[in-house]
Amino acid sequence: MTGGEATSLDPKINRPRRTRLQGALREILKAPITAKFGILVILVYGFVAIFAPILTPYGETEIVGPEFDVWGEQFILGTDGLGRDMLTRLLFGARNTVGIAFITTCLAFLIGGLTGLLAAIYGGWLDQISSRIVDVLMAIPQLIFALMLLAIFGTSIPTLVIVIATLDATRIFRVTRAVSLNVVVLDYFEAARLRGERIFWLCVREILPNITAPLMAEFGLRFCFVFLMIAALSFLGLGIQPPTADWGSMVRENAVLITYGDITPVLPAIAIAILTLGVNFLVDWFLHKSSGLKDGH
Amino acid sequence: MNRILLMVLQRFGLGLLTLFVVSIIIFVGVEFLPGDIAEALLGQGASPENVAALRHELGLDRPAHIRYIDWWAGVMQGDLGTSLANRRDIAELITFRLSNTLFLALTAAVISVPLALILGVLAALYRNGIYDRSVNIATLGAVSAPEFLTAYVLILYFSVKLGWFPSLSNIDVNTSFIDKLHQVTLPAVTLMAVILAYMMRMVRASIINLLASAYIEMAHLKGMPKLRVIVKHALPNAWAPIANIIAISLAYLVVGVVVVEVVFIYPGLGQLMVDSVSNRDIPVVQACAMIFAGTYILLNLTADIVSICTNPRLLHPK
Amino acid sequence: MKRSKIEQIIHQDTVLKQVLTDPRVTRRDFLAVAGAMGLSTAMGSALWSGRALAATPKKGGHMVSGLNDANTGDSLDCGLFNATYMICVSRAFRDSLVNVGQDNSMEPALAESWEASPDAKVWRFNIRQGVEFHNGKSLTTDDVVASINKHRGEDTTSYAKGVFSGISDVRVDGNTVVVELADGNADCPALFTDYHFNIMPSKDGVPESLSDAGTGPYLLKEYNPGVKTVLERNPNAWHPDGGALADSHEVLAILDDTARQSALISGSVDVINRPALKGIARLKKVKGVNIIDVASNLAFTHPMRMNVTPFDNMDFRTALKLSTPRQEFIDKVLFGYGAMGNDQPLGPGFTSYDADLKVDYDLDKAKHHLKKSGHEGVTIDLSASNTSYGGAMDAAQLFQQHWAKIGVNLNIIQEPQDGYWNNVWNVKPFCTCYWGARPVEDMILSICYLSDSPWNDTLINNARVDELVVAARGELDQAKRTAMYQEVQHIISKEGGTIIPAFGTDVAATRDTVGVGEQIGGGWEMDGGHFLKRWWKA
Repeated sequence: MTGGEATSLDPKINRPRRTRLQGALREILKAPITAKFGILVILVYGFVAIFAPILTPYGETEIVGPEFDVWGEQFILGTDGLGRDMLTRLLFGARNTVGIAFITTCLAFLIGGLTGLLAAIYGGWLDQISSRIVDVLMAIPQLIFALMLLAIFGTSIPTLVIVIATLDATRIFRVTRAVSLNVVVLDYFEAARLRGERIFWLCVREILPNITAPLMAEFGLRFCFVFLMIAALSFLGLGIQPPTADWGSMVRENAVLITYGDITPVLPAIAIAILTLGVNFLVDWFLHKSSGLKDGH
Repeated sequence: MNRILLMVLQRFGLGLLTLFVVSIIIFVGVEFLPGDIAEALLGQGASPENVAALRHELGLDRPAHIRYIDWWAGVMQGDLGTSLANRRDIAELITFRLSNTLFLALTAAVISVPLALILGVLAALYRNGIYDRSVNIATLGAVSAPEFLTAYVLILYFSVKLGWFPSLSNIDVNTSFIDKLHQVTLPAVTLMAVILAYMMRMVRASIINLLASAYIEMAHLKGMPKLRVIVKHALPNAWAPIANIIAISLAYLVVGVVVVEVVFIYPGLGQLMVDSVSNRDIPVVQACAMIFAGTYILLNLTADIVSICTNPRLLHPK
Repeated sequence: MKRSKIEQIIHQDTVLKQVLTDPRVTRRDFLAVAGAMGLSTAMGSALWSGRALAATPKKGGHMVSGLNDANTGDSLDCGLFNATYMICVSRAFRDSLVNVGQDNSMEPALAESWEASPDAKVWRFNIRQGVEFHNGKSLTTDDVVASINKHRGEDTTSYAKGVFSGISDVRVDGNTVVVELADGNADCPALFTDYHFNIMPSKDGVPESLSDAGTGPYLLKEYNPGVKTVLERNPNAWHPDGGALADSHEVLAILDDTARQSALISGSVDVINRPALKGIARLKKVKGVNIIDVASNLAFTHPMRMNVTPFDNMDFRTALKLSTPRQEFIDKVLFGYGAMGNDQPLGPGFTSYDADLKVDYDLDKAKHHLKKSGHEGVTIDLSASNTSYGGAMDAAQLFQQHWAKIGVNLNIIQEPQDGYWNNVWNVKPFCTCYWGARPVEDMILSICYLSDSPWNDTLINNARVDELVVAARGELDQAKRTAMYQEVQHIISKEGGTIIPAFGTDVAATRDTVGVGEQIGGGWEMDGGHFLKRWWKA
């Protein structure tokens, strides 16, 4: 089904962009508080993800204390069921979870975006075939399809990334194709095509700048859905496998303690929530800026 | 008008084709899964003779393509076959669960779709204000928690502590409507938490997207009140994307609820399909997949029709 | 390692419970243990009598239970049973020939009595007369024969084929079913306590495996696989006193740990099995909730293929055994619910269990053996998956850290869940595994520890073990058998190729609304799978 044609957000006129670092910095300073919060969150998470091993004295899977030790000086957030430091697991979780989600989302955008663009530009049978393939893939329940593919190809992290990225790419294909279609029918694009520009050039110069906004909006939520997908898969026993620290599985592992009002098992979920908020705030700001609306309109 | 009909028919035909391809993919997929139902059922310590005997009894020693054709022959006669795992009639097995799945999806949709529309329109109206931000934070917070966590927290407060709603959906064919409604409250709220943010944000984005258009500017310049501009001018043009968003969300409600079913012991189709995949129970997996794919295709078809009917431009491409 | 106060208490509690549930412990023994733990004699006495003064059983009422270990693909075909849910349900609406009683003795069921020939080769089971199936059909000896033959022969699909493979012939003699064995087996009646063995109605020698008509004390009113089962009292039951206490049951399949636990706490269900051990310290403190734990013979095994280097070296195996952190395994993987294992498969529930056989944690000795083996600094692979037993991945990490201390590098391979039993276990050189409890010693030894066993996962080939197991099987003198089985335990522990850090404990949780007998049967969790009949609504 190709309802996607209609999801389009109308193309914006290609406005002159400030590409210089200085310009970007000025923009950030002028940004609303929510966007600043978003940037801060992403920077902090990135920092933690990169420097996790330096930030904690313990190893990711190292057993350092008794099981379920309470919050205290030695283990700030206590230990988990095996006696591993909770804070350490959380920090390494940032690296694994955010890293995997980021790579997966990027890969999905690469696959879905590229095929979507090509389908829009070339049209004809290429468009027909790729659209039909995507229809079929989307008609199969995503979670169950992922379950089957992971059972066939194993549950290593690379397979997990590829499987989720492929399935997510179908959604991105539709969005990209729909918004690009709106661009390719515009006069300036026709003109560029008639000039005999090469496809690569057409994509980079003419289409991409005009579809970045809706794609960014998609990115914000997709990124979050990848976390949730991995968490749901680990709920069904096929997500990121132990002993790798991953926020989704960490919530799952200690979920039975939630019934007793214990806050520790919820911490990884809060970490996911804050990141989701941050990313989407930033996306909102970006959307707002590129929508051509001015504040207080 | 004829062109619209033709287009709908064309889409419908494509839908059937999709369904057919899905059935092949699922069949081949299950065939490729390591092990088969005989090994899955017998588990640790299955001896080769045991497995062979069970395979023969279930007719699994026939070549795959023959079994696939047999399956289609059955479906054409309205016979979905019997489950390999427990020899139960699949149609019977599925009817009860499908009605439960649809009931839960409808309950969640009846509340969340209008709510998402209202919240989205208001958020577009008061964009970047306190209201917009707080609704955004609340819905994003809700969507970023894994479903099972939302479910556990709801159970903790509304079931264990307050005792208002049951933590188990103990539903059978004799359960009354009111009772059912009471039982599905927590599962439905969990599902709403998942789809509300997505729908609301997309509605908001679609409308904001239109607000920059010249004709909206014009309406503003005429001095029309903001809410009226949105409801009268922006919303009608946003129906197409919104119909799509709703279709995707509804499809999710029917198809993606495995986790909620597991946590609330809700006897829906998702759990049946997951179990059948792990049991390699091909006929049941096929039946579930056909229903899920069919739902998805039908919902999209509806969204397409809405798009076409509200946007004649789609009918007359340049 | 420091232990918090709560954990100490839990640990003490578990030890006390183990002592209390051990039928061999006298009151004096018990008080000695209690004293050693620092409990006053008065407190010790109170605990001891508290156990003895359990409430008296009560008839009537409706009980709701939540069990995991169910699947939407479950079937009434007893040959395919492999999980608790179906075992408990089938034990309520069908009967066996013989039951394991709550005191772990053999109890007559549809076989009123039985006798063996002196060589234990021919067994005569006298079938109860005047019993009716729920559909009105009378029980005949033919039904019994058909129900036995379901698990025999070339083309049987039954999982229990191995259990009944020693039977060479089954025939009818009046009201008696005669079972002939290829070799003498003193434990023959125990074969018929196996949970795969249900008596079903038959037609022309073919058992109706999917029939909902049994002879049990409950009628199967509603059966929805993987969802729920409704049972109602059979007014026509042959059993003394109706054979069951509650009038009706609702058995719900609740697979999710947290959901099962919440259902119990909120009072939606009266009983659950396997409460999540992670939260059990907290669950214990919830008002109105009781934890029931029974020592089990379930063994957490780690078989090494003894034809692969370095596992072919006994010194190397000994080094691993001596550096395995058994107490930590119980504390962190089993959360205190387990008994120390000694690398042989016969657990504390067997009468022949030798409690003095221990494998110490001794790094110096381990290093010495490792040096002797010449494999210092070697890297070995352990194939692990939580499919083999819950917590196997955690256990693998524990081993990794401790074996590193003697200079063995463990490389943990996370194996996929699907196909674990086909592609990993009994294939890979070293893996995680478990063996469920069996009612008699011979059943586990015969299938797993003889040189020609079908599932000899360690490839053990020990002439003395082979000889002892076969001799003990036909030995009717209990004292002699015990001695033989104890010698087997010593040999396997010392020379065998498996690491068994602990035996499991079956755990269930009930609300105050449920009464439980003084003694709880073993063999399987939930009172040997009989809890629906034996537990009552208070």
